[in-house]
Amino acid sequence: MDGAPPPAGRFAKTALVARRERAQTVAKWIFGAMSLAMVLPLLAIVSYLLVRAWPSLGWEFLADIPRKGMREGGIWPAFVGTLYLVGISLAVAAPIGVLAAIYLNEYARENWFNRVINMAVINLAGVPSIVHALFGLGAFVYAARFGFSILSASLTLAIMTLPVIIASTREALASVPRAFREACWNVGATRWQTIRAVVLPNSISGILTGIILQVSRAAGETAPIMFTGAVFFKAVQRGDLFPYRLGDQCMALSMHLYTVSTQVPNVKESIPYATAVVLLGSVLLVNATAIAARVWLRGRKKW
Amino acid sequence: MVTPGADAPAAAGATRPATRPTRGRWSLLGERVIESVIRTCGVSAIFFVAAIFFFIFREAAPVLWNSDFHILEFLFSAEWYPTSVNNVRYGTLALTVGTLSVTGVAIALAVPFGLGAAIFVSEFCSVRLKETLKIVIELLAAIPSVVWGFVGLTVMSKLIVTVTGTAVGVNLLNGGVILALMSVPIIVSIGEDALKAVPDSYREAAVALGATRWQIVYRVLLPAAKNGLLAAVLLGVGRAVGETMAVLMATGHAVQIPEGLLHSVRTLTANVAAELGEAPAGSSHYRVLFLTGVLLFWITLVVNVAADLAVRGIRRK
Repeated sequence: MDGAPPPAGRFAKTALVARRERAQTVAKWIFGAMSLAMVLPLLAIVSYLLVRAWPSLGWEFLADIPRKGMREGGIWPAFVGTLYLVGISLAVAAPIGVLAAIYLNEYARENWFNRVINMAVINLAGVPSIVHALFGLGAFVYAARFGFSILSASLTLAIMTLPVIIASTREALASVPRAFREACWNVGATRWQTIRAVVLPNSISGILTGIILQVSRAAGETAPIMFTGAVFFKAVQRGDLFPYRLGDQCMALSMHLYTVSTQVPNVKESIPYATAVVLLGSVLLVNATAIAARVWLRGRKKW
Repeated sequence: MVTPGADAPAAAGATRPATRPTRGRWSLLGERVIESVIRTCGVSAIFFVAAIFFFIFREAAPVLWNSDFHILEFLFSAEWYPTSVNNVRYGTLALTVGTLSVTGVAIALAVPFGLGAAIFVSEFCSVRLKETLKIVIELLAAIPSVVWGFVGLTVMSKLIVTVTGTAVGVNLLNGGVILALMSVPIIVSIGEDALKAVPDSYREAAVALGATRWQIVYRVLLPAAKNGLLAAVLLGVGRAVGETMAVLMATGHAVQIPEGLLHSVRTLTANVAAELGEAPAGSSHYRVLFLTGVLLFWITLVVNVAADLAVRGIRRK
């Protein structure tokens, strides 16, 4: 480098350039390692849980009811309970969330009132899950007299998932170009006609993916259902698909994991691990499906 | 806009078409109805936030007028003996310190890694790798908190016992590491958004001056995106403060002011989750737990509004 003539067709590397490039390489490796430090835990955790859960995993574990005070057997009532809670909460939250997003994205003008609404959505998303639990207990269980029930728990979950559905739906609506709407207004359509005929058909896939992602979030929540409707144990027939009514209490996967890992002594070692794997597996599976759908749809987009 | 009376002036003269296409009354009525439903849903977010505060405060309020309850003691005393027979004390200082210390450990770990990963994803890697990493981040963010808690209880606690030789593995360090892993995805995705929001012309100008990527990052992007990065950190803090199940299972449950990383602590959130089931409805203990909820509500409200103002700061520029 020092004094030697540069190779033909290239500039000489001065000491300054070399130092800068070294700094660049070092920075790249450090940041790369930090990203890796984020990826590795996911792989490590999933594989460790899988290995420890292996002795219990299988259809039998999923379809059987807990036996001997939850020390043996399966997780069927908890699994069905989670399906109930997630299904009902989404049935409540999805319409309200989508309509609220339509208002915020299509109707709302830029003024102080709508800024307050936006602020409220952000705050609703930031309220801790245990505060949602307190709210559910105070509002649905006691004030509305729904009691400790699937209904109370699902409504609590619904309010919790609402802001995220609003956010993802808004994003989907905002991705429809403004020119589409203008073309429709110009042929004399009203706002609502435009939304129904142009905006929604072009964004429905994005809206649905956002809602599917919420399924996984709602399935994993524990604190909000712990005090509003989920119980440690509920006797259910093996393989029964409709064991609960709206006013019943139910078991839930997330709650069951908490119970068997902290509250029940002498559980067979692989059972908590297997419960964790079923919960994590379903959540990640739903997420991966939504992500794959999103990638596929993005590839098909025409604009 | 089509007006309901559009079919009236049909005989108005030759200059206009004799019939103008109109819509039936029901179609117009339907549109009115659906638009008002949309407006109602739009406002519902305000209603729900207000309802959350109202119902929590309603359950908590009666204790404020109790003669044996003092708000200063609630905030600044470390003595928490809610079920004691003759010396009932509701001081949440130890719990607040627990929340602050766990959050502090988590943020100290999560911020460098989160921002570093955000810079890597946004500036240093290929498009393919970027897509892959973003999917991993999304999956990481999807892991339920109770599963993180379980990981803390089993994997992390064994790891801590092996490495440090301490007797109990569920402690401040454990909770902090678990919370850090939980907040990193938020910090990365919001931080990456903030870096992406810096106009490309800034980067082009820096490249034209002969800057390397690393120089661009720390001389141009970091100063330009600092508000967004601050928002990312604040939202990470918000998540860490509000997290319940993971800290309930991983921090070891002792109501004390921690003196070191390996001491057990209890946080405000975990305390509510642990004791609400045992507090009889309507008792002072029960109401004090709701009061803790009010406190948490305001803490996260302040953090979130601050984060939002920080984000708004970059938009306005």
